[in-house]
Amino acid sequence: MAKVLMKGNEALAEAAIRAGCRYFFGYPITPQNEISQYLAKRLPEVGGVFVQAESEIAAINMVYGAAGAGARVMTSSSGPGISLKQEGITYMAGAELPCVIVNIQRGGPGLGGIQPAQSDYFQAVKGGGHGDYRLLVLAPATVQEMVDLMEKAFDLADEYRNPVMILGDGILGQMMEPVEFSEEKETLRLEKPWATTGAKGRNPNIINSLFLDPAELEKHNHHLQQKYDRMRKEVLWENYQTNDAELILVGYGTSARIAKAVVDQARAQGIKAGLFRPISLFPFPKVALQEACKKSERVLTVEMSMGQLVEDIRYNLEFKVPVHLYGRVGGMVPAARAVLEEVKRLVNSGKEGKTHDNSF
Amino acid sequence: MLQEIILAGFGGQGVMSMGQLLAYAGLVEGKHVSWIPSYGPEMRGGTANCSVTISDEEVSSPIITEPDTLIVLNRPSLEKFEQDVKPGGRLLINSSLIDIEPKRQDLQVLKIPVTELGREILGNNRVSNMIILGAFVELTRAVSLESVIGALKKVLPEYRHNLIPLNHKALETGIELAKGREFLHFRSCG
Repeated sequence: MAKVLMKGNEALAEAAIRAGCRYFFGYPITPQNEISQYLAKRLPEVGGVFVQAESEIAAINMVYGAAGAGARVMTSSSGPGISLKQEGITYMAGAELPCVIVNIQRGGPGLGGIQPAQSDYFQAVKGGGHGDYRLLVLAPATVQEMVDLMEKAFDLADEYRNPVMILGDGILGQMMEPVEFSEEKETLRLEKPWATTGAKGRNPNIINSLFLDPAELEKHNHHLQQKYDRMRKEVLWENYQTNDAELILVGYGTSARIAKAVVDQARAQGIKAGLFRPISLFPFPKVALQEACKKSERVLTVEMSMGQLVEDIRYNLEFKVPVHLYGRVGGMVPAARAVLEEVKRLVNSGKEGKTHDNSF
Repeated sequence: MLQEIILAGFGGQGVMSMGQLLAYAGLVEGKHVSWIPSYGPEMRGGTANCSVTISDEEVSSPIITEPDTLIVLNRPSLEKFEQDVKPGGRLLINSSLIDIEPKRQDLQVLKIPVTELGREILGNNRVSNMIILGAFVELTRAVSLESVIGALKKVLPEYRHNLIPLNHKALETGIELAKGREFLHFRSCG
């Protein structure tokens, strides 16, 4: 298929259809409205169902229902709406229901603003709702990658019987880039013998997250933790110019695009910089990060938050390398020039033997 | 080659579609492109802008903080973005609606009264964006006229294809103006 120019939000929506998604339940919020706009038109064309629910809470519970019946189902929102959905998300994690949730992040906290941000990182990778649970979290950085990760997201959701989150931001959702779709494959989808499809001729399936016996609930938690351990093999990442890098920039999504430009600009000035880009944020590519940072003297995270990813980078590097933060928030986007200045400052302070107040 | 362009004006002047056309024209030529809109509580008469990158290489960062070219259709856009243009960069001004002089002395400036020209020559000031886009194409050769026409066919819905000849004419008007006025209206780099 030839390349077409598409908005990230629209490309995500089309990719979901091609991944076999036939159900979407959502509630409007900027900057992700093009997803529902697109699916409202497209889903009926392919025999699917689109519902604009009366609220985010209603929408996520419709997702629970469709997922329980074994359907490929998706919802999307942004910060405040994702917060409203947390109850439903933890219920789905507890009941082990597969679905895809898209968060096109905007500035927070509270109602915040509508411009791009990455300040929902903790909420996405640490669980978000109550109880011990995890989502698989995938963070695309281009419109093409938004498409490529969508099919993967549905496959992972089915394989692990777990909600998968696609974590984007306002820029990725709104920007247009060329994309190429592969033809919709009639792939063998996983059987879902656990789904509530009508109990004729078999014992009823029960989908629930309620375990009143603490011993049973502990057992269920252990089972979930084993599943999260098994997910570790699903790590995805990108290395850019990391082989000889003395300073490694780390970022995901839009911030990683900016950091990549900074690496090129730094290299042009003789600074050996590189970029490590986690694509899966949970599971986190810990081994790959450590490998990429083996020769580096310092690490700088570039993020649209006041420092969330930076904590995981320090943790995953086991506090062996100084990790600094360059963060912009509230809908402000890091400028490559400003990040380059920070890179130069860090490299120079390293030469003078100074440590930076912002590192650990 | 890497071209970073910011296009700005009032909502309704066709700034967003001008940027999309440019990006699509780049795509038609097999280049790497990106288009980022300003988005928000905006409306007709409010301000709108978009960033377009056209590159032979993969676009690392699609976010433009120092454009090579700034195209402005109204005065607030000039005031907002003039300072960001790369030293020695290009500035295309809609002089029908911008009655102030740019402050920078190092830019190559082309002023065209596109709103008036659209109305007077083509009888439709809604194609004034295409006039200034034509001038941009002539001055930078970032994409060819043929690619822009090809892009029009993709961007416009079928029932609007009757407008392609008018848009074509507007683009050519801009190209001719840029040819004829280049030396008159471009200040040398100071």
